[in-house]
Amino acid sequence: MSHQIISTRFDKPGNHTLSGYLANGGYRTLPKVFGMKSEDVIEEVKKSGLRGRGGAGFPTGMKWSFVPRVSDKPKYLCVNADEGEPGTFKDRLILQHDPHALIEGIITCCFAVGIHTAYVYIRGEYDFPIARFSAAVKEAYAEGYLGKNIKGSGFDLDVVVHKGAGAYICGEETGLIESLEGKKGQPRPKPPFPAVVGVFGCPTVVNNVETLAALPWILENGAAAYAAIGTEKSKGTMLFSISGMVEKPGVYESEFGVNLWEFIERSTGGVKDGKQLKAVIPGGSSSAILTAEEARNVKLDYESIAAAGSMVGSGAIMVLDEDTCVVKALEVVLRFYAHESCGQCPPCREGTYWMYEIVSRIRAGRGRPEDIDLLLSICPDMMGRTVCVLADSAAIPAGSYIKKFRSEFEAYIDKANPPQRKLQPGGVNLEARPL
Amino acid sequence: MSHAHRAVLSTGKPFAFTPENEAKFMELLPRYPSKRAVVLPALWLAQDQEGHLTVESMEYVARRLEQPPVSVFAVVEFYTMFKTEPVGKHHLQLCRTLSCTMRGCEDLQGVIERKLGIGPGESTADGKFSFETVECLGSCGTAPMMRMNNRYWEDLSVEKLERIIDACRDGRDPASEDFSR
Ligand SMILES: Cc1cc2nc3c(=O)[nH]c(=O)nc-3n(C[C@H](O)[C@H](O)[C@H](O)COP(=O)(O)O)c2cc1C
Ligand code: SF4
Ligand code: FES
Repeated sequence: MSHQIISTRFDKPGNHTLSGYLANGGYRTLPKVFGMKSEDVIEEVKKSGLRGRGGAGFPTGMKWSFVPRVSDKPKYLCVNADEGEPGTFKDRLILQHDPHALIEGIITCCFAVGIHTAYVYIRGEYDFPIARFSAAVKEAYAEGYLGKNIKGSGFDLDVVVHKGAGAYICGEETGLIESLEGKKGQPRPKPPFPAVVGVFGCPTVVNNVETLAALPWILENGAAAYAAIGTEKSKGTMLFSISGMVEKPGVYESEFGVNLWEFIERSTGGVKDGKQLKAVIPGGSSSAILTAEEARNVKLDYESIAAAGSMVGSGAIMVLDEDTCVVKALEVVLRFYAHESCGQCPPCREGTYWMYEIVSRIRAGRGRPEDIDLLLSICPDMMGRTVCVLADSAAIPAGSYIKKFRSEFEAYIDKANPPQRKLQPGGVNLEARPL
Repeated sequence: MSHAHRAVLSTGKPFAFTPENEAKFMELLPRYPSKRAVVLPALWLAQDQEGHLTVESMEYVARRLEQPPVSVFAVVEFYTMFKTEPVGKHHLQLCRTLSCTMRGCEDLQGVIERKLGIGPGESTADGKFSFETVECLGSCGTAPMMRMNNRYWEDLSVEKLERIIDACRDGRDPASEDFSR
């Protein structure tokens, strides 16, 4: 049993145009949505069990219900298309191949919550997705799917494409809001939550691209049909971006509840070049690493992955083969977080920097025996103490890579035991090259 | 964000939007409830017009949007895609994050250093090429990859990157060539 909901139209030629989308059954749910009471749309999404696909997995219908029904200020939707979590590359496919499904989802959300302006914040490097999505918005306006009185419904909605400018932290919802307001993308303390005080001081929904793109199917087929797929707490399907040392990396959709490794193997053909599996990072670079054994024995759903000590996150699965050096992997991950910390919280700014420095020093053969425990002692000081969870996102991989692969770290420090020095199967000696 | 303070160049000449960009700018204003929210879109227009931002263009954006110039400078400094110095005609942005590292991006950096003689943050003397390493570009399924000339170059190999650079160097458009072999 393999369910496809989000990706069914990805490979249909011409689907990115309005006529192509209509031919593929697009915009069919709008009359139904406009015929419902807005609170019933929220109820339907609640019943579907849909959870946010941007990383935090928050129930979507519940998030919408936190927005005041009556507000003397306008309300806004911010569509999070910043797609920055390393390993994640699925929203790009929606923007490129199914942009009208996103627009249909945006209309549904805005109608339900009483929103008349949606900003779609797309990362600045996404030239082609921005062009594709902007063209779709233009066509939707021209054909009356956006703008005033959409298809005679009396409902008005404007969609504005807003281009980011290169900063991972603008994917964090309040960083995105600050950035949209024309400032540095530095996250805000919560509460107040965006549902109450969001962009321009107004109630705001922030949702990920994939979350919104799931809505047309849910409204068309009903919440019960969606909730029938998956597990008790993980309903429906999700797009998984699988990368690293597998034969066929790519975006693959699956219902929740399948065996993690069997899913990876079935969709990608397994580890590249017949190598052995070393580890799997299941939910983006901020998730805890799973050993090969753990990956083979865990189900792919929110509750099972959490029970295994990691998270589903943004569905970014990265596969490490036997030749991949875990120390090097951690160095690269920490370099990312040190580079992307917005700098306003000392534990994050200093913690990410020092952890990166220490792991680099270990890998360069200048590590001291006490460095490993030093790293482990920094981690708790970075958890739950900062404005956003970027600090935690660096501490979690650091702690888990070290605890599960401690001997690899020790090998770099113990001069008597020369470490395994290559990262990729090419057999290149990476030690010789400065980063 | 980049923590390093940046060099900001002055042209000594006043800046103004071209008529085309002026029209785009005027279209932007009603889409946002505050002028400040137009800072990023307006900076994009200014940068696209001249290739990089200058003291004059940043002050111009600040003036048009009634913002203090320092707030515009601070924004420019925060975002890696805003450039305050010229970049090459071909600006190579090589991804260096985990999936690209596993699939060999460090070998590609070697190609760039060898063929063009430039490291991260540098440009060739003729101004044709510049190079920077960047963090995950959301294309990990086709790693290793880079962004150049406003598009992605995916599933790179040493040979493929060499041929892309050769094409650019010879004034050919690599986008029109077949790199499937
Ligand atoms: C550091 C950081 C980066 C994030 N980056 C993204 C991102 O690129 N895209 C995204 O959709 N959510 C991202 N998120 C999650 C958002 O804060 C937010 O939870 C999400 O956009 C909500 O939408 P959803 O409920 O539909 O998932 C990030 C969170 C953090 C802490
Ligand atoms: S935790 Fe880090 S990224 Fe998040 S707000 Fe604080 S300094 Fe910025
Ligand atoms: S790691 Fe290079 S594109 Fe994601």
